[in-house]
Amino acid sequence: MYRFVTALALTLASLGAQAELRVFACEPEWAALATAIGGDRVAVSSATTALQDPHYIQARPSLIAQVRRADLVVCSGAQLEIGWLPMLLTKANNASVRPGTPGFLETSALVQRLEVPASVDRSQGDMHPQGNPHVQMNPHNITVIARALAARMTALDPEGPYQAGLDAFLERWLAAIANWELRAAPLAGKRVIVHHKSWAYLEDWLKLTEVAQLEPVPGVPPTASHLSTLLAQLGSDGKGADFILRAPFQDDKPSTWLSQRTGIPQVMLPLSVGGSAKATDLFGLFDDVLDRLLGASQ
Amino acid sequence: MYDRYARGLRARIPLLIALSLAWHPAAAATDDQTRAEVESLRQALAELRQDYETRIAALEARLNAASAAAPAAAAPAAPPSVAAAAAAAPAVPATAMATAGTSGTAGVTGNRDFNPAIGVIFQGQAWKSSLDEDETDIPGFPLGGEAGPLPRGLSIAETEIGISANVDDLFTARLTAPVVIEDGESKIEVEEAWIETIGMPAGLSARFGRFYSGIGYLNGKHSHAWDFVDQPLAYQAFLGNQYLDDGVQLRWLPPTDLYVELGAELLRGDRYPSAGAADGGAGAQSLFARMGGDMGMSSSWQAGLSYLHSKSRERASGPEDAPLLFSGDSDLVIAEFLWKWAPQGNWKQRNLIVQSEFLWRNEDGRYLLPDGSEPDIDQDQTGWYAQVIYQPMPQWRVGARVDLLSADNPGALFDGTPLADDGNDPRRYTMMVDWSHSEFSRLRFQYARDLSATRANNVWGLQYIHSIGAHGAHSF
Repeated sequence: MYRFVTALALTLASLGAQAELRVFACEPEWAALATAIGGDRVAVSSATTALQDPHYIQARPSLIAQVRRADLVVCSGAQLEIGWLPMLLTKANNASVRPGTPGFLETSALVQRLEVPASVDRSQGDMHPQGNPHVQMNPHNITVIARALAARMTALDPEGPYQAGLDAFLERWLAAIANWELRAAPLAGKRVIVHHKSWAYLEDWLKLTEVAQLEPVPGVPPTASHLSTLLAQLGSDGKGADFILRAPFQDDKPSTWLSQRTGIPQVMLPLSVGGSAKATDLFGLFDDVLDRLLGASQ
Repeated sequence: MYDRYARGLRARIPLLIALSLAWHPAAAATDDQTRAEVESLRQALAELRQDYETRIAALEARLNAASAAAPAAAAPAAPPSVAAAAAAAPAVPATAMATAGTSGTAGVTGNRDFNPAIGVIFQGQAWKSSLDEDETDIPGFPLGGEAGPLPRGLSIAETEIGISANVDDLFTARLTAPVVIEDGESKIEVEEAWIETIGMPAGLSARFGRFYSGIGYLNGKHSHAWDFVDQPLAYQAFLGNQYLDDGVQLRWLPPTDLYVELGAELLRGDRYPSAGAADGGAGAQSLFARMGGDMGMSSSWQAGLSYLHSKSRERASGPEDAPLLFSGDSDLVIAEFLWKWAPQGNWKQRNLIVQSEFLWRNEDGRYLLPDGSEPDIDQDQTGWYAQVIYQPMPQWRVGARVDLLSADNPGALFDGTPLADDGNDPRRYTMMVDWSHSEFSRLRFQYARDLSATRANNVWGLQYIHSIGAHGAHSF
């Protein structure tokens, strides 16, 4: 018992000594990136898992407690977390992670955002006025964000080995991108139907063409009448499009219904780290996305 | 581009001066007056040149700063090819990188388009009750404040205008101003008007102004966020629906893994369950503590305990034309419990909320009754509700609630007054179904079997809640 208590105390002490920087990520891809750059020196938590729709999260007590102690908050932004992150920041009383301070990083602001609407009218659905927030699905965006994240971690914890962590990560990452782009060549020009507009950056990267969405307008669940319209438009010969894409947290019934009637294969793609068995880190995420797309196109 | 223009301009300045001197009638240079004129022109030009050089230097400085920050933003615009990715060396100064993506509040709160953020919430109902309004009094529990039955028939409830923004880097502010209809006239009220600190250290924050007290779970919820059309009976009887007052609130979050929130308030004490702004306008004080956490991936919980002490001077309750006036001390304790569940924590598809609160109140003082008598009172009252809300699929929710009240017998001196409970056992059973086409619209059907009055009452109707403009995030 005594030994156990001592061991526990030592473990706790060492944990306290190792984690110099507490990172609160809104989505698991940023948690994975912070871990890849910071290693043992950072204590990373993620507000969401890849099996949860990040638009709809409760501002839970456990998340408030995590933001309270965070040194750095990393989120996609562009209003993806508008339903819960402002409440976490308000409730957590942590002035050092407020937007506008070095303790807050909005990753989508670092890259060229796609689908920025010319006008915002809620009759067109739940629009994101600053553009599509799901920027993690283009690995080139990850490259840019990794640099900014490492710089920010260094600014907050100048003693940390973040530059070395970044260099090691990018060396592997850029090689992996080259490999992915070779593998993905046959996917160029494929036409996709998406459940929600979650895949804009993946489409941009792989040169896929989005032909329809299952949601009648963004944020409103698929309706029978909208699906019937799509069916009439796509035909039943399987040639209306190449894939129907959905994320693991999106209801599979609408895509299954449409897939069965149109003959277009439906593909579940992980939208973040943890979204499938193989997507255990950022490398696994893109490996698995390509595996699944290439598998379905044969 | 700017620096080329600036350099060109600078090179041209001596030429301009020379030209202007040459252009001047040189023949008259001997004339003293002309010489003086030339001198003053030369001086003016020198001043102009100085001025331009200062401005150009400032422009150059700005340009340098901008071009240092630009690659961070411009890099992703490059075509996503392997070559570009491999070539993109981190040539950006670390300082520019370290601050890129800090963002204002725009990306997070959506305040870019409107500062301040403005939103309007529309609410109304079609309501039916089998008892007349004057038959719905709850024996033993004369109501005060905003509590009371909803008007029968078609009507709009309050139309709530909300305006909020950060004041500066230390303060944020919110105004909630409902347009209400009273006695056929519409007027704008100040429901909430508060300032809150956003820059305090050590997990502290202070709020001051007019706000809903932080006691209980439901007290701070705006009516558009309620799960039923009306508040539980205990909130109606003990808090006049919701306790709102002027004052200051201090909140502290210790740096713990478990969520812990501690709060204290000092309030004016001018609104039900307080009245008369006793103690020099600081007649009510409160303390509250809350904790919560997750249980696995799918469940989370929160529990809390609150205490409100309020002093009253001639607080009115009961019938408006013959109110009962209470003076004395009122102590209220609220225990709250909340449990939320969603498979894998994916709230959008299916979820369940179980919620319950227990309220206990002691009132110690004296009543001035309509007949002129002034009996003393020392009475305990309790109230309780429990509710379950289930979302079986996106857009649809069903809910059920049971609530009840009970009180000590206040004594024979109160026989025949609204404080005598006449052996009544007030309770109510409510169910609702609501449908939300989007996050911004909701239609609700509610039915209640209300056994709080002397006769059973069937209450039912339809309600709508719609919002436009900025809409703040909801609390847990």
